[in-house]
Amino acid sequence: MSRFDPRRAGMALVAPAMAFVVAVALSSVVLVVAGHAPMTAFRSMFDFGVQPDNVVNIVNKASGYYLSALAVAIGFRMNLFNIGVDGQYRLAAMCAAVIGAAVALPGPLHILLIVVVAVIVGAIWAGIAGYLKVYRGVSEVISTIMLNYIGTALAAWMLTPAVFATLENNIVKTPDLPESGWFPGFATSGGEVYGFVVVSALVGVGYWFLLGRTRFGFDLRATGMSEPAAVASGVDVKKMVVASMLLSGGVAGLVGLPILLGASHSYGQDFPAGIGFTGIAIALLGRNHPIGIAFASVLWGFLDVSNQILDLEGIPKEIVTIMQGTIVLAVVVAYEVVRRWRVNSEQRRVAAQLGGPQAPAAPGPATTAGVA
Amino acid sequence: MRRVTSLFAVMAAASMALAACGGGSSDSTSTASSGGASSAAAGGGEKIKVGLAYDIGGRGDKSFNDSAAAGLDKAKADLGVEFKELSATQGETDADKEARLKLLAQGGYNPVIAVGFLYGGSMKKVAAAFPNTQFAIVDSVVEGAPNVTGLTFAEHEGSYLVGVAAALKSKSGNVGYIGGCLIPLLQKFEAGFVAGAKSVKADIKIQVKYLSNPPDCKGFNDPASGTETANGMYDAGADVIFAAAGGSGTGVFQSAKAKTKLAIGVDSDQYESAAADLKPVVMTSMLKRVDVAVFEYIKAAQAGSPLTGVQVFDLKKDGVGYSASGGQVDDIKAQLEDAKGKIVAGSVKVPDKP
Repeated sequence: MSRFDPRRAGMALVAPAMAFVVAVALSSVVLVVAGHAPMTAFRSMFDFGVQPDNVVNIVNKASGYYLSALAVAIGFRMNLFNIGVDGQYRLAAMCAAVIGAAVALPGPLHILLIVVVAVIVGAIWAGIAGYLKVYRGVSEVISTIMLNYIGTALAAWMLTPAVFATLENNIVKTPDLPESGWFPGFATSGGEVYGFVVVSALVGVGYWFLLGRTRFGFDLRATGMSEPAAVASGVDVKKMVVASMLLSGGVAGLVGLPILLGASHSYGQDFPAGIGFTGIAIALLGRNHPIGIAFASVLWGFLDVSNQILDLEGIPKEIVTIMQGTIVLAVVVAYEVVRRWRVNSEQRRVAAQLGGPQAPAAPGPATTAGVA
Repeated sequence: MRRVTSLFAVMAAASMALAACGGGSSDSTSTASSGGASSAAAGGGEKIKVGLAYDIGGRGDKSFNDSAAAGLDKAKADLGVEFKELSATQGETDADKEARLKLLAQGGYNPVIAVGFLYGGSMKKVAAAFPNTQFAIVDSVVEGAPNVTGLTFAEHEGSYLVGVAAALKSKSGNVGYIGGCLIPLLQKFEAGFVAGAKSVKADIKIQVKYLSNPPDCKGFNDPASGTETANGMYDAGADVIFAAAGGSGTGVFQSAKAKTKLAIGVDSDQYESAAADLKPVVMTSMLKRVDVAVFEYIKAAQAGSPLTGVQVFDLKKDGVGYSASGGQVDDIKAQLEDAKGKIVAGSVKVPDKP
């Protein structure tokens, strides 16, 4: 399975490419209907997106998206749906900001403490859902969604001036982190690239190694593909559910840190929300693969950043949201089409080899997870 | 798994499509046509290009942003200025706001006006990078930036007046306040409303609820929860509710209609913008004249003597007030004008914190 098969790799690329083409085509139709020239819109988005300062913004955004999508993907690979990444990262960022601002430590230790706090808080918050699933039979979809609300309310309570927050020009936020808690970035001609980008990439490598190269990863994927088979081969499914929720939540805890450590240095009202949900879309598009997710994150970042130029040129920038929606929808459809086509072609090949005249059977709905 | 994955994809796509629908009509962007009002009408001032960046919701929110848009439209009509307006996206970062302001400054728009205090951090950075451009921010003050003007309002003074009106109109001696989000700015509204109501009737019962908590201030755009909260308040005996909740106000009005009670609008004259069947329940609105602030600022900039520092638009400057359209407060106008006079004269000091 791990042997490189150019045929497989080729087909893995066909689906997202198809999805992208469909999304561009549909957006073009909408643009034409609205009376705008699609090529002009796409060209100005591209020209704007490759300007140095916008490239920096795209990379910085993508680093958070990437972590979020990895957190979601860990669950996906195990057939678990962690819809609570949004609540997990916000609560984690809030706690990390409060604790980070309250202590004074030498640089690397300070950053390490903030990172550890964020990971632990994220893991605990997701772990609650894991516990409820294993011992109380609560669907993790329901519990993680509900925990988003509880997490939001909890963070909001902590974010009142009476508790942890300070007030600055109508904005409530936690006190600023001392400079020893700032993650040094890379200065470029277009501004500063978050240093945390490196951490994001390392988490990606860790994800690839853990899932593809370790016993734990094998158990996790096996459980996702077929629970009875995993149980039969001696996997403790309950333990795996809790472990993977903790892992997913731990990674989710990191999602807010690129911004917290690299730019805002505090958690406040202007801290971006919703990255957890973006992560679901990106994980789907990137097909749970660390490299696929990286490309998907950058694409998402590009779309999010470059839509501003449309506004300036009088083209409704909501076209980008439509595009993002169609990409997600189309990618799922495209994978299904490619899968059926592959099953058909394999059957045809086998049939040809056997020399039998029988027609290929129609592929039924698959029962296994994570084909790519 | 595949079926569930598809389900999520559909959900994700649908929610994005909905977000797109809710994004307002940013294609309403327009520039003054050369055939429009000529700059000569403005008294010989130089024709200027105004850039304006909206808060989430943008033009068409029937509330805060629309008020700024009205000021912009008036500036175009009366002064003949050109303008370009850009809108914000849900869940964006400071870097996105920075990019937006930079786009305007780079495009030669001067002055550049940002609507909403969330632009504070990004404006500070962009203003430093463009020292020859004039910036203004609604609802905030940016310290240490000489080319940024803060356009702020005495919301507590306006809220005091509608508090007086609510208490005078209430038969049950029980009124309500619904805020969109539990943030200090909205607590200013609450403080003024409470003080105003108590000035009429010291033992009046005042119910206070907020629809959402920061950082997720969705309560400004959640009519359903507005209806729900208002239902609860009316059921608990209130007969007038002040809805300081942006787009959620419509939900409060619907509740008021269903229960045949009264409600008070916010920011712009919501009697005018409400649907015909809801008009009777909007007894007055607390006006926050963002349009006046935006217009006055542009006018001064056009005349070559821009407003600088912190500009507080209070009752005295007609920056805040109450609306009388619909005629429901005509019978208590004398008391309202009396309260207004006292605040303007300084004999009544309205608290700005609850």
